[in-house]
Amino acid sequence: MALENTDIQDKLTETFGEYVFHFNQEKDIFSFEVAADKITAIILFLKNDPLLRFNFLTDLCGIHYPDNEVDRQFTIVYHMHNWYDNKRIKIKTFINGEKPEIKTISNIFLSANWMERETFDFYGVDFIGHPQLKRILNMDEMISFPMRKEFPLEDGGRTDKDDRFFGRTIDNC
Amino acid sequence: MSELLLPPEHRYAKIIKEKLNEDGSELSILNLGPTHPATHGIFQNILLMDGERILEAEPTIGYIHRAFEKIAENRPFYQITPLTDRMNYCSSPINNMGWWMTLEKLLDIEVPKRAQYLRVIVMELARITDHLICNSILGVDTGAYTGFLYVFQFREKVYEIYEEICGARLTTNMGRIGGFERDWSPEAFRKLDVFLEEFPVAWKEFENLFERNRIFMDRTINVGAISAEKAISYGFTGPNLRAAGVDYDVRVAQPYSSYEDFDFIIPVGKSGDTYDRFCVRNAEVWESISIIRQALAKMPEGNDFHADVPDYYLPPKEDVYTSMESLIYHFKIVMGEVPVPVAEIYHPVEGGNGELGFYLVTDGSRTPYRLHFRRPCFIYYQAYPEMIKGALLSDAIVILSSLNVIAGELDA
Repeated sequence: MALENTDIQDKLTETFGEYVFHFNQEKDIFSFEVAADKITAIILFLKNDPLLRFNFLTDLCGIHYPDNEVDRQFTIVYHMHNWYDNKRIKIKTFINGEKPEIKTISNIFLSANWMERETFDFYGVDFIGHPQLKRILNMDEMISFPMRKEFPLEDGGRTDKDDRFFGRTIDNC
Repeated sequence: MSELLLPPEHRYAKIIKEKLNEDGSELSILNLGPTHPATHGIFQNILLMDGERILEAEPTIGYIHRAFEKIAENRPFYQITPLTDRMNYCSSPINNMGWWMTLEKLLDIEVPKRAQYLRVIVMELARITDHLICNSILGVDTGAYTGFLYVFQFREKVYEIYEEICGARLTTNMGRIGGFERDWSPEAFRKLDVFLEEFPVAWKEFENLFERNRIFMDRTINVGAISAEKAISYGFTGPNLRAAGVDYDVRVAQPYSSYEDFDFIIPVGKSGDTYDRFCVRNAEVWESISIIRQALAKMPEGNDFHADVPDYYLPPKEDVYTSMESLIYHFKIVMGEVPVPVAEIYHPVEGGNGELGFYLVTDGSRTPYRLHFRRPCFIYYQAYPEMIKGALLSDAIVILSSLNVIAGELDA
């Protein structure tokens, strides 16, 4: 019996109530949002529940939304995969933009260790309880978090590229 | 001596100071890499060693980090393909095709069957070259240079096929949204036929040289073994996971590009050691050859090589100079002014080293809002310190090359 979206939704709302919300099917992947402070409990539940069995953490990454209200400026996205029923899910959680922090899941999945370090390196998200939260791809001396949207790729003062003629703004060029 | 290599506050420096062996000998530190020829790329590992045994290892990565994800946030879709080339540069067509398929999923584009089969052929060729390099370099690291030189000429043959298809060899930038940039030439098919005729013979000989070779077996069996549970927890995918006995393969789990039309098996190992990884890759090469043969045999008639999507597919060059409509499309595509839906897409493909995923978030503008590459190397390389714990230094080299960690993919 294949694992259906409704099974996942029912099981999660039954256990976690209002901490899990915004269930929807996005293209080929079932997605939902969770409250940031419940993330470890939910991931652990998804992994260990005998029905859900999401045994594999496919991916973990961050997204920066500087235009959102301050409590929803960073998103951590978890992709999980159930290999028994071949079902993928995407879990999103929004965290505060001024003091981004969330509990680590590196004690649940060993693979989360470097993925969280990468997210810390690029977005400055503090993963509480991470065994070795330090920069991974950038050098240790760096002080900024380069994937945040406030860091432009190119020098903003360039005059040789006038994108206004293509209807572009600073943000999308 | 070790003070020269490490700052005194480093963890290892403390361990050395505190821990003296009973016979009075001291632990030592060795810097493996970053630019040692045996590491095949820029990997640094600080090793804490007792004689020749590795007690602990601390990898440092990021030496060739090129900020692809940041660059991708500032580029239209067509300009992102060359970035994907430079991740796993041993099998760049797989990266290219994975990226196109992500976009096709985003834009709901149906690719003609023939183009899908052509993609399967080129992806399997890429897988062959990837495994061929990994396995033959593993031979070099165990002291067998001949096999490497012998099969390496077939990588050249594959590169000639790429050259016929897209004009480039290593960083291919192959394909377009909806298919290929041009139809494959008869010469490409002829070269493919020659390759399919000659390569299996050479690969069989290569296999014979290694598979029951006493020295090779002694160097690889029970070296760097990892259990299936550990491998899954560490996020292993691809041949390294299958060597541990788990038959997970994206081509079967979520078939893309018509992989469901082909008949192939997923080779699995048992112990997850270096020898099993070698054998799994060997067997996968045979499966790839078989898939290519099936694709050629089943190839639909006609000459469809791309979907009919003028909004995204560059018009033929001669039309651009003569017809207004083509000129407009050409301009819009080159400048990246194409309609893009607001969506979030995750698309996995089976890369040379495992599940290569593209997580794309669009906001309707000409560039991705966020593009994250799930790079298999990055995720499984974190198991390396644990895998070499207790091994000899020479085993560490062999384990590294059998994991097939590609620096470009590791650091992105």
